[in-house]
Amino acid sequence: MSDLRGVIVSHAAVAQALVTAVKAITGIDDALTPVSNEGCGTEALGERLREAVGQGPAVLFVDLPGGSCFTSSARYAKQGGADVAVVTGVNLAMLLDFVFHRDLAPAEAARRAVDAGAKAIRVTA
Amino acid sequence: MTLALYRIDDRLIHGQVVVGWGQPLDCSFIVLVDDEVSSSDWEQDLYRMGVPPQIEVIFASVEQAAALLPRWEADSRVGILLVGDVDTAVALASRVPQLKRFNIGGVHHRTGRKERLRFVYLTDEEAAKLRQLAARGIEVTAQDVPTARAIPVGEFT
Repeated sequence: MSDLRGVIVSHAAVAQALVTAVKAITGIDDALTPVSNEGCGTEALGERLREAVGQGPAVLFVDLPGGSCFTSSARYAKQGGADVAVVTGVNLAMLLDFVFHRDLAPAEAARRAVDAGAKAIRVTA
Repeated sequence: MTLALYRIDDRLIHGQVVVGWGQPLDCSFIVLVDDEVSSSDWEQDLYRMGVPPQIEVIFASVEQAAALLPRWEADSRVGILLVGDVDTAVALASRVPQLKRFNIGGVHHRTGRKERLRFVYLTDEEAAKLRQLAARGIEVTAQDVPTARAIPVGEFT
């Protein structure tokens, strides 16, 4: 199951920037695919997701827990036919953990990513 | 008028609406007029997730919206009304003669549509329908976010 993909779904260029940052830090450049909602209606964004996910399995990392990126991702997870989990509030920390733990099923990888991402959010002394 | 914005946006509820318009308007409720969404609990849950809890979301079919619009207009709070396409806007306007304006916030590319603005793609038929709305005295402008200029329909159709 090492072909579990991460698909980052974001407004503007956030997704692409996160992919670039993961590569800069880990050297891994084949685990994540960026999808932007730029210029997309619901149908076009659904099509971009379909292309990015392919046969799956995949975890969709969405920027916000609402909005067009989220609604399209949730709809795709329910109706797209591939084994897909959706995580919201994507951050760099969860992606760095994810790319090294792709031997999991999507739902499990999603839970793990949420833990890793949440641990990175804190107020420092 | 307490529905401060009548908007055509094929993404329906999303960031530009909730944050971009919702914040400066101090919006307290969003009316989503869509026959499909109004008959699907699952779709409604999906759209409600994009909205902070202090904003009420009301789902309505075109028929329900036509009947309830006077009540929303009389609401002391500020609201936003959303439809997903030109046809729904036309259907609503034809049932509610007091409807005076429509903002086009996002109609995106699809087969048969031509680019009119960066965020507005329309078939010739849709463009003609919008011009007809304008000819009936409805102010039709395109404006994705409040800080942008409201472009009159005559400038892009």
